[in-house]
Amino acid sequence: MPYRFRTSLKSSDVTPKSAWMNRRALLAGAGGAAFAGAIGLPARAELSYVKSPYSTQAEPNSLEDITSYNNFYEFGTGKDDPARHAHQLTTEPWPVEIDGMVGKPGTYDMDDILGGVTLEERIYRFRCVEAWSMVIPWIGFPLADLLRRVEPGPGAKYVAFETLVRPEEMPGQRRAILDWPYREGLRLDEAMHPLTILATGLYGDPMPKQNGAPIRLVVPWKYGFKSIKSIVRITLTDREPPTTWNMQNPREYGFYSNVNPEVDHPRWSQATERRIGGGLFSSRQPTLMFNGYGEEVAGLYAGMDLTKHY
Amino acid sequence: MRFAERVTTLGRRLPRWPVYAAGALPAAWLAFRLFTGGLGADPVKVVEHELGEWGLVFLIATLSVTPLRRVAGINLMKHRRALGLLAFFYVLLHLLTWVLLDMQLLWAEMLKDIYKRPYITVGMAGFAAMVPLAVTANNRAIRRMGAVAWQRLHRLAYLAAAAGAIHYLLLVKTVTFAPAAYAGAVFGLLALRAGWNRRLRNGLGGLGPT
Repeated sequence: MPYRFRTSLKSSDVTPKSAWMNRRALLAGAGGAAFAGAIGLPARAELSYVKSPYSTQAEPNSLEDITSYNNFYEFGTGKDDPARHAHQLTTEPWPVEIDGMVGKPGTYDMDDILGGVTLEERIYRFRCVEAWSMVIPWIGFPLADLLRRVEPGPGAKYVAFETLVRPEEMPGQRRAILDWPYREGLRLDEAMHPLTILATGLYGDPMPKQNGAPIRLVVPWKYGFKSIKSIVRITLTDREPPTTWNMQNPREYGFYSNVNPEVDHPRWSQATERRIGGGLFSSRQPTLMFNGYGEEVAGLYAGMDLTKHY
Repeated sequence: MRFAERVTTLGRRLPRWPVYAAGALPAAWLAFRLFTGGLGADPVKVVEHELGEWGLVFLIATLSVTPLRRVAGINLMKHRRALGLLAFFYVLLHLLTWVLLDMQLLWAEMLKDIYKRPYITVGMAGFAAMVPLAVTANNRAIRRMGAVAWQRLHRLAYLAAAAGAIHYLLLVKTVTFAPAAYAGAVFGLLALRAGWNRRLRNGLGGLGPT
């Protein structure tokens, strides 16, 4: 038998990137970068961004809360699974396919997407369908900016999104917890609304992997599961696209899924929410219609029966 | 049956208090993590879920005592009351966590939830079934009620365990391993008893009440 090199080492034995990035950051002695490294974030230069009038005045949750309490079933169903497993994800290169009814379809990499956009800090309320909420200082840009650049066709009425499928780096995808890829969608006018952003960062730094690096959607007046993470495909279409939680359980999760205290989820009330971060006594507070963004977005749904289009 | 005998003897020699003490350890460990900040961003949910899960674990342990005796010949009957009371202790703390820390005494909303949400309805029914069991978990109650009536009342434990397992299955968004495993254990134990009862009725080797 010919000699073949064998080793008991596995790819998981390689020093994780975040670890050697940590050492670099410490060597560089950059305070901010070292801090980011210390909490397991990629130690890169801070993003440059401008403040936005759309930000809430509410106090944001700590970076630790935001990066340790996540629903990202691609990495497991536990709230702490994403923080534990997301470091395995490779986010460079990150091609995003933009197709369907657009004038400029194609595969865009992150530099293409970020070229020419102004990043903004958007401090938004975030309301999960599980009746908890946070306040999160996203860094991102309006989805409308990107859509305009790819020129939606005259017949386009909806935008569909897909998350990466890569079971070898996303352990949750090795089981059929959901029908992968994770899919979400918006009506085109919702997608073009100035509150709707594609976020690429958090607290001034690039997006942590457990929060949907390198690029995710944030739609602050809808339940959190609409804000799809780690997007690899954006499709403009003329019909309402299938969405993951709606496919999973249509009675419980509608296509619109606007935050609405008057329309209960069949299994739990949506009238109130618990704000994460208050420890054992985090206060339960009333949930606001459209998560408090009614003034900006209620017009999108004029004349619609929101108990039917939940 | 050497092993079974040894375990049985060990069980008989073991006083009751160490079972209660060991059963309280998960609560103590939870409290320790709570006060040292080890429960993450939403400690309320962790406390609520872990207490409920331990309630289910002790319910299953309680329901395992008879099958252990009949199938494996291991007799731990002396400790069944402790296991049952520990189950009640955890389920009660689980309910109190929901009332005080999760729902924060919003009575109107809780009443609506009990009425409207199947998983809460089922969970409350399970708790309600456990209250008379906890109240009569003493020798005086057995004497006063008579063994037959007492035993009949304590069949509510089957209802409580079934309710607990269904409560867990109904509340998760996607069925994962843990709730399915608990439901499998509970309904397996109940099916075992149903089988015995059928044999008993058909006169195929009745072994007395379970």
